[in-house]
This record gives sequence, C-alpha cells and structure tokens, in this order.
Amino acid sequence: MKKHTILAAAAGVLAVTATAACSSSTPTPAAGGGGTTPALTGDCAQFQPYAGHSGSTVTMFGSILSPESDSLNTSWADFQKCTGIKIQYTGSNTFESDLPVKVNGGNAPNLAIIPQPGLLQQMVSTGTVKKPPAQTVQNEGNWSTVWKNYGSADGTFYAAPMSANMKSLVWYSPKYFASKGYTVPTTYADLMTLSKKMAANMTGTAKPWCGGIGSGTASGWPATDWLEETVLGTYGGQVYDDWISHKVKFADPQIQAAMKAVEGWMLNPAWVNGGVGNVQTIATTTFQNAGLPILKDQCGMLQQASFYEAQWPKGTKVGPDGDVFAFYLPAANPSIKTPVEGGGEFVTAFADDGATQAVQNYLSSPQWAQSRIKVAPGWVSANEKVDQSLYTDPIDKISAKYLADPNATFRFDASDSMPAAVGSGTFWKGMVDWFGSGKSASAVAQEIDASWPN
Amino acid sequence: MLASSVSGLLTDTSPVSQAASTLFGVVVVVAGFVAILGVVFLVAGRVTGRLQKPVAVVICLGPALFLLLLGLIIPAVVTFNNSLKNQQFLGQLVTKYVGLKNYTFAFTDPYTLGSIFRTLLWLIIVPTLTVAVGLSAALLLNRMKHTAVPKTLIFLPTAISFVGASVIWSYVYSYVTPTQPQTGLLSAIVMKLGWSNPPNWLISSPVNTFLLMVIMIWIQAGFAMVVLGAALKSIPDEIIESARLEGADGWRLFRSIEIPMIRNTVVVVLTTVMITTLKVFDIVYTVTNGNFDTDVLARQMYADMFTTSQVSRGSALAVIIFIVVLPLMIYNIRQLRRERSER
Repeated sequence: MKKHTILAAAAGVLAVTATAACSSSTPTPAAGGGGTTPALTGDCAQFQPYAGHSGSTVTMFGSILSPESDSLNTSWADFQKCTGIKIQYTGSNTFESDLPVKVNGGNAPNLAIIPQPGLLQQMVSTGTVKKPPAQTVQNEGNWSTVWKNYGSADGTFYAAPMSANMKSLVWYSPKYFASKGYTVPTTYADLMTLSKKMAANMTGTAKPWCGGIGSGTASGWPATDWLEETVLGTYGGQVYDDWISHKVKFADPQIQAAMKAVEGWMLNPAWVNGGVGNVQTIATTTFQNAGLPILKDQCGMLQQASFYEAQWPKGTKVGPDGDVFAFYLPAANPSIKTPVEGGGEFVTAFADDGATQAVQNYLSSPQWAQSRIKVAPGWVSANEKVDQSLYTDPIDKISAKYLADPNATFRFDASDSMPAAVGSGTFWKGMVDWFGSGKSASAVAQEIDASWPN
Repeated sequence: MLASSVSGLLTDTSPVSQAASTLFGVVVVVAGFVAILGVVFLVAGRVTGRLQKPVAVVICLGPALFLLLLGLIIPAVVTFNNSLKNQQFLGQLVTKYVGLKNYTFAFTDPYTLGSIFRTLLWLIIVPTLTVAVGLSAALLLNRMKHTAVPKTLIFLPTAISFVGASVIWSYVYSYVTPTQPQTGLLSAIVMKLGWSNPPNWLISSPVNTFLLMVIMIWIQAGFAMVVLGAALKSIPDEIIESARLEGADGWRLFRSIEIPMIRNTVVVVLTTVMITTLKVFDIVYTVTNGNFDTDVLARQMYADMFTTSQVSRGSALAVIIFIVVLPLMIYNIRQLRRERSER
C-alpha cells in the first residue's frame, strides 16, 4: 500500500511540472498580435516600421560561421533592442545538406540565408517557402534586376539578396609588379601579353599564374569560376544564361571554345602552377593555399574572389601599395559591357508571421546593409542605395564599385544556379578530372551534359 | 504557487535561467519516463491468469520492436520506396514511380560501375590483408617476451577515428614538386631510396585506391590482432604439446593445428572487417572525396542523397549495399551462434 501512495504522489508532481513546462514552451502571443503598435522614440525611432512584435523570436539558419556571424549579430543588435524581436542565428558548415533535411522534417527555420539560387528554387518547389512582404518586394528595387531574378523561382520573387561577393578579380603583388616594372592590365590582350612576359622572365618554379581547386567535398569550384568568367567575358550574359538553363550545352562549340581558352590560361604548362609545380598540382592544392606563392614572388597572379582576402596570413598588407591587391579581370571580348561574376546570399522565409516579415524587411533595407558595413570589413552589398563611402577596406571598395554598378553585366556564379546534380556534382568533378587526371575538354563536357537531370 | 514560480523562471531569457530550464526539462523527461515505466510495471504486475504471458511478452519486446521499427524498418521501407521513384531532392512535391530505372542506371553508368568495382576490390583486399597482418602480428607476439609495447603500438590506431586517420595519412601522401623540400612522408622516403621523381600519389589511379586501403588496414589490424591473439591463446596447451611431440613445428603447427583451431574466429574477424569495409565512406570522403577514380558506393550514395539532389539514385545505391551486406551479416551471426554452442 505504501508503494502505491508514493507513486501517486510522484505522478501528481509530474503532472504539475509537466503543465508548467508546456505552458512556458509555447510563448504567449506578443503585444503586436492585434494590439496597438508601440511608438519607438529617440535612437529607436528609425525602427518604427518594424515595431509591434516585441517578445518574438525569429530563427535564422545559414552557412555563415563565426567570426562573420558575430558581425551579423552585432549589425542587428540595435534592431533587436528597439523592436524586442530576437534573431536567433545558427550557422552550419554543411548548410546545403542540412537545410533540406530540416525543412523536410518539419523543422524549418523562420529564415534561411541561402547562397545558391539553385537551392532556393529547389526549396520553393517543396512548397514550403513563403512569399515576402510588400516592403521587401519594394526594397528589391534597390538591386539591379538580375539580382531579383536570382531571388525568384518560376517568375515569382521570393528572396531578397543579403551580401554580395565579387569573383572577377585577379590577385597580385603590387610590390613585385613595381620591382619588375609590370603594370596592371586593363584589357584582356594586355593580360595575356603580361602573362607571356612574366613566363619569359621567371625561373625555377616561379610561374605567372597559380591556382588551387582542392576544397574538401566542394573540390573543383574555383575552376568552375575560371570557365564561367571566360564564358561571360567572351559571349556575354545571354549565352551565359542559356548555358545555365542547358539550352547551350557544355559540348556546344562556344563553351568548348571557352574551355580551350582556359586550357591556354590555367592549364598552360608554361604559365602554371607558380611556386608549386605542374598543372596537375592545381587539383591537389587547396584553394586556401593557392595564392600564398604570390607572397614569395613565386607566382604572378591568382584569379580568386573578393573573399580570398581572408586567406592571406596575418600581417599581410592588402592595398594598392601593399603586399597584395586585386585588379578587375578584364573581359576577353571588349564589346561585353563590364562583365562581373559574383555570388551572394538570399534571405528566404519559411514563416510569414509579423516578426519574421519585420526582419525580412529590415534585412532588405539599405539601413541594415550600412549597419553591417560599419561593423567589420570584408562584407559588401549590391544594394545600389548603400552609401559607398562607408567601405573602408580596399577590396570591399573595388568589389562594391563593380557589384553596385547598374551598367555592369552582372551574373551569378553559374554552378550555383545550375541543378545540384551538375552545379555541386559533375561540374565540380569534371573540373577536377580536367586538371588532375588530364581528361580532355570534350570528354569532360560530354560527362557533364549526360548528367543533366531531366 | 509552484507552477507559477517555475514558469516565471522559464520565461526569463538570461543564460543561467535558460540553462536551468534546459536542466529542468531534462529532469521532467527522465522523471516522466520513470513514471511511465512504473505505471506499466504496476499494471503488468497486477495482471494474472491467462493474459499474464502475452502481456509480459508485449512489455518486454515492445520497446525494442518499436525502436527497431522507427530506426530501421520504416527508413528501410522508405528508402526502398524512394529508389523506385524519380525523386531528386528531399521534400519534392511531385514524384513518380519509374520502376527499376535507378537500378538499371546503377549497373550501366560507367561512373557507378567504377564505384561498384572499387567497392568489390576493397571488399576482397582489405579484410584479407587485415587478417593476414593481424594474424602475423598475433603469432609473432605470442612467441615473444615483453609484448606490451609492440601490442599497444599496433592496437593504438584502432582508437583513432577514420576521419582523424585519413587526415594523418593525407599528410603522409601529400605531394610537393621534387625540386622543393618534401612535406609528404611517402615521397620523402621513396626519394631517399633513389626514386627521383615520385608520382602525385593521391591523383594517380589506380595506386591511390590502394593507398586509401592502407589507411583502413592500419586502423583495423590492431582489432584483428587482439581478437586472433586471444583465440590463439585459448588453444589448450596439451594440443600444442602433443603436436610438438608428434614432430609438428613452425609452419606445420600453424597450418595444421592453430589455424583449424581458430578457424571460426578468423571467419568472424574477416566478416566483421568486410562489413566495415563495405560501408567505407569516411576515408574516401576525407582524403579524395571520391575524385581521381577512388569513389566507392557508400560515398557516392551520400553525395547523391545529400549534396547533388539525386535522392532516388542514392536510395537505389543504399538498397544495393544493403543487399550485399545482408548475406555477410547472416553468415556472421550464424558463425557466432555456432561458436557459442560449441563452448
């Protein structure tokens, strides 16, 4: 009998505590749910459009990791304080495979920061992505129209861009250039002449170009950039777009010609792989280490994106008169108007409550972009309304100049826009085979074309 | 009173109270679990007569069956179902059944055929060499004094994770142009031995596949050595003694007495390593990510499922791996049972 009473008592306590735990885990609707919107005053007045959702938490999931994610958290700290909306950001280095699993498991974040238009379209076709609020749609007008297309699926706009990075850059050492009397080339012909001149002057393992496409499970991506830039700079935006949609195949004479051009550049035994070895070493060198020979005067130039700035060792001075700097990669075909290849992220909503939409609106505003720029360098927005004078870093300045240029031919990284089976599969693998295993351009093209999903 | 103060504690957002509420949640869950068990056993204890036995069976088997269903059977059925569709990514709204198309693809696509071929190579070579290395080590150590240090050295890699071991070995295999200071141990050694221009190991097919196998053997040999060594020790001394009196020595003793006596253990080690080998993923994923003709089924399956959005193709590969593992599994369990009944 005594045993039974103890059990009953335990069950009673459990029932009480269980209800307490349950009632607290489902937050009561915030003041904004139908009540009057509180007026924000003083420094907070600028956040008035986002007020009325105090006490809500918005979950956000992305591929950005610390320390960059810390800068993001700092950039919206005032927003959180004034509006009372808590943004809970989680980063993952396997974001691309985690997000579909989360969404499919009914565990989608309120907002996801998606860096690939291809993945965005895939998520939209699961029927889980929510349309953005009117203010976000209006803010979208501050970006050039191509950006809007990349944030859309089947002609419907879903996600506003967040940051942008510039891929059409060539890293070099201003000191080395000055000591040898080389000047920064402004045309493609100049670039080729300079490469030839360098190759003639260099001895030992030193070569005019260096590269590395090793990147763990993403090995091959830097080489996709080389081909993409060549296609964009030779044939322009239309062919580039048709290439992404597979109207122009890899086996197409135009893409084949572009591959031939890359063979004369990054697969040219006389020009690569500066400071490391033969052409094949490009396949085994990590992209992080690719540019280091530049610091030892063993390599003349490296084609890599603006975010490569973070890879230089501590103490490397980046700037027009520093240890390293970057120049704009000129177009192979001068009639193409300032081709710029880049990347970026898109703020995608899986919820449409007021707080989530307030965050969406805020992140698409130039005010937020400027707040982020002020936190730390190494971050650029393609929002044309952003005050360019806020950028302090020389690479950010040059990137922003081209990314926010309304007259430039901007195109998103093609491999990020292609279907994942190609864009994160056979395209990467094909590049690795091309550089590492000596596979011919036509064989690589044939395999990629065959893998295109129907 | 209690409820309100507890919920007050929970809605606070400071880190301390967040940790407190997490701890509190854990306590609630554990207590709830214990309470449920208590109630179940209470009810079961009161059941008498005809129902007693069925209730006991349900209570004892139920949780295990439930977990098996949730963690193994349902996913297996879902995976098999997916393998018959044309699904490309998780959560795709419109998919249709395409019959055995994904299986036909797996057995006709040259790339996948390469993966299958290499998986078979792994399956034959790795378990054989692991047992060979483990057995030789066990035999030698069995006849040695002061075996602690060499035994530890051989067994140590077993404690290293596959990914950790892969990273270590990718440094060993790393390639630098011969004119520069070598950072890869393998290149450095062969160059000291007089090979002036060694290849870029990890991109040279087919040698790279064998170099990856070395990693697996390095990890597994210690396990084989310990298990086989224990089996060798358990051979009764009288048998060895009488064999020696009969004139058997060295190789003869090994072949005619020791091997037959530990045959079952050898088979168990062989099949265990085989099953691990069939699932080889970490090593290939970490060192080459399947590039340079090193891909194997398990890695390709993972890539299809999670990175390249070809869920159905990946599912078909998963089913193929499952079907190949199944007979090995059955054989292994039977062997273990037979061994147990012999004792």
